[in-house]
Amino acid sequence: MIYLDNSATTQPFPEVLESFYKGSTDFFANPSSIHQLGSRSEKLLSEARKQAARYLNVNETEVVFTSGGTEGNNLAIKGAAFMHQTRGKHIITSQVEHPSVLEACRSLETLGYEVSYVKVNEEGRVNLEDIKEEIREDTILVSLMSVNNELGTIQPIEEVANLLSSYPKILFHVDHVQGLGKVPIDIGNRGIDLCTLSGHKIHGLKGTGALIAKQHVSLFPLFHGGGQEKAQRSGTENLPGTTAFVKALRLIEELHSKEAEQLQSLHDQLYSSLQQIEKVKLNSPINGAPHIVNFSVPGYKPEVIIHSLGEREIYISTKSACSSKQPEVSSVLQACHLDRERTTSALRVSLSYLTTREEITRFIAAFHEVLEELEETMGRSL
Amino acid sequence: MNFDRILIRYGEMALKGKNRNHFEQVLQRNLTLKLRPFPNTKIRKTRDRMYVLLNGEEPNDVMKSCQEVFGIHSLSFAIKVEKKEEDLKEAALLAFTDASSAKTFKVSAKRTDKDFPIHSKELNPLLGGHILRNTEHVTVDVHNPDVEIKVEVRSDAAYVTAQDYPGAGGLPVGTTGKSLLLLSGGIDSPVSGYLTLKRGVELSAVHFHSPPYTSERAKQKVIDLAGVLSKYGNQVNVHVVPFTAIQQKIHREMPEGYSMTIMRRIMMRISELIARKEGILSLTTGESLGQVASQTMESMNAINEVTNYPIIRPLVSMDKLEIIDISRKINTYDISIRPYEDCCTVFVPKAPKTKPTREKAAYYESSTDFTKDVQTALQQTSVIQVKADTSSKEIEDEFNDLL
Repeated sequence: MIYLDNSATTQPFPEVLESFYKGSTDFFANPSSIHQLGSRSEKLLSEARKQAARYLNVNETEVVFTSGGTEGNNLAIKGAAFMHQTRGKHIITSQVEHPSVLEACRSLETLGYEVSYVKVNEEGRVNLEDIKEEIREDTILVSLMSVNNELGTIQPIEEVANLLSSYPKILFHVDHVQGLGKVPIDIGNRGIDLCTLSGHKIHGLKGTGALIAKQHVSLFPLFHGGGQEKAQRSGTENLPGTTAFVKALRLIEELHSKEAEQLQSLHDQLYSSLQQIEKVKLNSPINGAPHIVNFSVPGYKPEVIIHSLGEREIYISTKSACSSKQPEVSSVLQACHLDRERTTSALRVSLSYLTTREEITRFIAAFHEVLEELEETMGRSL
Repeated sequence: MNFDRILIRYGEMALKGKNRNHFEQVLQRNLTLKLRPFPNTKIRKTRDRMYVLLNGEEPNDVMKSCQEVFGIHSLSFAIKVEKKEEDLKEAALLAFTDASSAKTFKVSAKRTDKDFPIHSKELNPLLGGHILRNTEHVTVDVHNPDVEIKVEVRSDAAYVTAQDYPGAGGLPVGTTGKSLLLLSGGIDSPVSGYLTLKRGVELSAVHFHSPPYTSERAKQKVIDLAGVLSKYGNQVNVHVVPFTAIQQKIHREMPEGYSMTIMRRIMMRISELIARKEGILSLTTGESLGQVASQTMESMNAINEVTNYPIIRPLVSMDKLEIIDISRKINTYDISIRPYEDCCTVFVPKAPKTKPTREKAAYYESSTDFTKDVQTALQQTSVIQVKADTSSKEIEDEFNDLL
């Protein structure tokens, strides 16, 4: 099997599963229970929080453990919007955000908020000036992803953080789900107020993650209850999942420091191999994230290519898994002003630190085969 | 181009006359300990200031650490460049961008190397103009600038210094002796410890532990608080005194109204004995006048009778809100408010005497002999060494393979 759909989800590391298992058996007590067994669980939770804070260069009080990216994005956006509605009701985001950001924003629009969706260039990148132009007296939040999940485009996070540091009343939220472990950003940066992380994109488990909420940020909680996570996210703590998430954080940090160049070189190999195929049009920028390559094969239905590759046990995807059940046009590619042929025929190959050079070579060979096979039945006539 | 050093200006210790050398040495030692996580940094001492050479370490992280060291008045990023116009321009711009919210600035250039062709008076507009051309909405204000960029052209090289960051102030920890802090786990005592550290005092701590009335989590709280304090000083040794038997005996045998006063007197006696054994010459408490029954003038007088060691009470005149402000600033607040019983809250009498007298306290105590209990408690006292980096850098063995 060759798994090249790592932006959808990653295979959990065995060590992560071990942590989950041990966290579920030896530390099953509720961390909020006051007996000694609960105390041990709480100690593990607090150690996990410290570790996470250290890897992410933030204060441990700034780590809110969540159920993953969607929750983190919703808590950041709605939490900030509800909390500061008296200050203003204007939010700035971009046209190419993940659905959990876009839909959260749209839901706020039904409640009387105004949202500016900043456009992007043909590579999917926002322009700093465009954000600057949208800033108003009543702007309370800017939400931007660090790495686009479909294209791998890297957004100018540091520049936006610098820009917004002159606007102390505007919170800056970064959706760092795709960037974590691959395209580092300095979350400790003064200009970043909120940052979403997800466990299952870094070989952790689904249903785990964290929202970093800086000390000065107050959020209106989405879940009210027992007051866990400093009352910002009530609900019995998912200790095994959290333990596994922090373990995954540690492993991905180690991998990043050792294997970053290797991953980049695999990316370049894949990129240039695809560039040499006449039928292929590359959508990802060459200087994008090292683990995502998006391309179109105009005239070919992406689903058919995916299934043909799947028969050879090679797994890639169309656009993002989260929106692949919707109509076939990729709204991200549309926002990049690509023509309809390209937006309806896009494929995404996403790598991980476990991907090998041989797998890339085998994928390219199989892809050639598939294109040849399909040429007879599909080709440009479709 | 990036900053290659941090310039450190001394605070009060600059006034120390003949002892100044000693103060500087202690500061250098404390800085060296503090910067252990940044192994490439080097500390250089000159006549009236110190430099931390970054050697590639992340400037902001090193700055943050330096800001937690007492004895420093202010700090600035600085950079050494070649005496070339282009390099000076680039460095001046870098120094300005460091002050991200600054809207006005001025350049103050000094030229001690008279062979350098550009005069100081020409340097100011030259470098200022370069900053103006490369920024927006920024103006020069020579009287009251948001940031002053200092440029010094010396014989060896030119130095450009960015905005001032505030230091922690006070005196280097270790220059004014050692004190034993009574650490309960509440909001006050860690703040008191912090302010004592600020005066250059090294700390040990004592904690009274009464299982099962107080839990392991209450003890952990104290260890975590000591961990925060150790960031500002060095290692803090926490003496954990088993106090259950004594509290039970007080509860059984002393009149209820005086039980709290007598408990405090015994704590003082034990603390003094620990201090004596460790060669420590004073005790520090988080007492603040008028806060609770044990902190009335009468109470303090009755409790203080049992020791003639000096008691440092930095909070005595502070309001609760002022204390809370500091505890938030130094990150002890969130630890202190964890909701676990501590030794001072478990055996609280319904109506403690707010005006106890020394005579009565001594009279009640005379009917019961506590000497043996105190001896036993001292014998069973354990010492936990708390270092700043134990909590964050080393994973507890128990969780080692888990996280």
